[in-house]
Amino acid sequence: MIKVHNLTKKFGKLVAVNDISFNVNKGEIFAFLGPNGAGKSTTIKILTTLLHPTSGTVTLDGHDAVHHPDEVRRSFGIVFQDPSVDDELTAWENMEFHGVLYGMPTKVRRERIDQLLTFVELSDRKDSLVKEFSGGMKRRLEIARGLLHHPKVIFLDEPTLGLDPQTRNHMWSYLKNLNQQEGTTVFFTTHYMEEADRVADKVAVIDHGKIVAQGTTDEIKQQAGVDNLEEAFIKLTGHAIRTEEVGAVDRLRAQSQMWRGRRK
Amino acid sequence: MRLEVLYILWLRQLKRYIRSRARIIGSLGQPILFLVALGFGFGPIFEQAGGGNYIQFLAPGVIAMSILFTAMFSGIEVIWDRQFGFLKETLVAPVSRLDIMIGRTLGGATVSVIQGIIVLGITLIVGFRPTHLLLLPVSLGFMILIGVFFTALGTAIASKLQDMQGFQLIMNFLIMPTFFLSGALFPLEGLPGALSIITKLNPLAYGVDGLRGTLINQSHLGISTDFIVMGVLTAIVLWIGTYLFSKIEA
Ligand SMILES: Nc1ncnc2c1ncn2[C@@H]1O[C@H](COP(=O)(O)OP(=O)(O)O)[C@@H](O)[C@H]1O
Ligand SMILES: [Mg+2]
Repeated sequence: MIKVHNLTKKFGKLVAVNDISFNVNKGEIFAFLGPNGAGKSTTIKILTTLLHPTSGTVTLDGHDAVHHPDEVRRSFGIVFQDPSVDDELTAWENMEFHGVLYGMPTKVRRERIDQLLTFVELSDRKDSLVKEFSGGMKRRLEIARGLLHHPKVIFLDEPTLGLDPQTRNHMWSYLKNLNQQEGTTVFFTTHYMEEADRVADKVAVIDHGKIVAQGTTDEIKQQAGVDNLEEAFIKLTGHAIRTEEVGAVDRLRAQSQMWRGRRK
Repeated sequence: MRLEVLYILWLRQLKRYIRSRARIIGSLGQPILFLVALGFGFGPIFEQAGGGNYIQFLAPGVIAMSILFTAMFSGIEVIWDRQFGFLKETLVAPVSRLDIMIGRTLGGATVSVIQGIIVLGITLIVGFRPTHLLLLPVSLGFMILIGVFFTALGTAIASKLQDMQGFQLIMNFLIMPTFFLSGALFPLEGLPGALSIITKLNPLAYGVDGLRGTLINQSHLGISTDFIVMGVLTAIVLWIGTYLFSKIEA
């Protein structure tokens, strides 16, 4: 379903993804693990046509992501790591927008929007502007939106970060159900190793842009010679703490407020 | 092309506009200031110089100005969408870049034309009197062309900008000169050589001339010339904009 072959992505001099290859079969739940800055999000952005690879090839459902982006876009859904909902629209409008872009028939769309908003416990706030939402509520909305159109492949980039355990369990039972009923392929990243251990059929561990291990969770543990995934992960990627660069968006938010303020 | 997609993109722009009341009211301040301060301030001089009633002359220019600014801002909003992440949502969707570009542009153009119509209403209060009521639909046509052109231009430029750093530059070196050298505030006849060439290359000059021609029958290029030039330029900028927009990486 997903084929990545000798993929490299450079940003100027920085090599974010360094010659990686892996396959994900149809109907698999695949965890892509790695410390901050390892290259997970960059890989996902290439798989989802948002970035072009520097070299190597990426195919999704048989279509090349660079040469046939439209076919590729028809086959996946994604929950981004960073916020991507429209603050000036209501929760319901964000869902509706998504459903229309993905060409869902009106009846199915409306039913599923109601169902998913109830599911992430936002149905009583569906007509509130998203800018009034807390971080967790926005995250739940992103997840509901990503699940709306039932794609063949769903990408989730740290979907459960900052979610309470209830929502996390909810989300996974929904995904597992989709996976079983419709054969949806699930590709996700997470920092919670017990989550990966529990739900993933296959795992790949990436560090400094290189894949350092891949296989079933059992194979990974065997390879590292330990009996849980967390220890295996630390053994494979070392103890050094990686910091993530944040702040660009926050800076811009401040700028935007200044600009909007000036226009008032 | 999927009409429902164009519609939802258009609707989004419209909703964002209607919800930001501060923006609507705020962006009316500038045209009012121009109308009142310049209109009444320069009026006597303009009349003495034989230019006729200055409010009559100025009103179409101020209407064009408000459309120019609103449309450019709508186009440039792409940068916000990029920074706040929403752009990704549209870029990964199975929708052609052309549809996204057209939907956004129609939305921005609609918003700017609404703004233009509100300003037209204000000019009426200040004493503006269109002489050609029958040509009002053609005036509206010009307003739409100005709106589409500058929304598309704003989108094209925003596609190439990563953040708001370049915005001040665009404001000072593109939007302001476009406005001041468009004939919105003073007649373009008898300008020194270089300036006169610039005004001939200025798309807004044709928009302003067309508006003035249809509203008060004072066109010096001819309404049909204005219409054809604006129409062709709009098609070109839409095409360039779509090309640049399709190259966006998020
Ligand atoms: N647009 C970009 N420009 C420059 N560097 C980037 C860009 N996006 C990511 N990087 C860098 O690429 C590396 C991998 O980032 P990313 O894929 O986001 O890591 P992860 O998702 O695994 O935490 C990091 O060093 C990051 O700073
Ligand atoms: Mg990441």
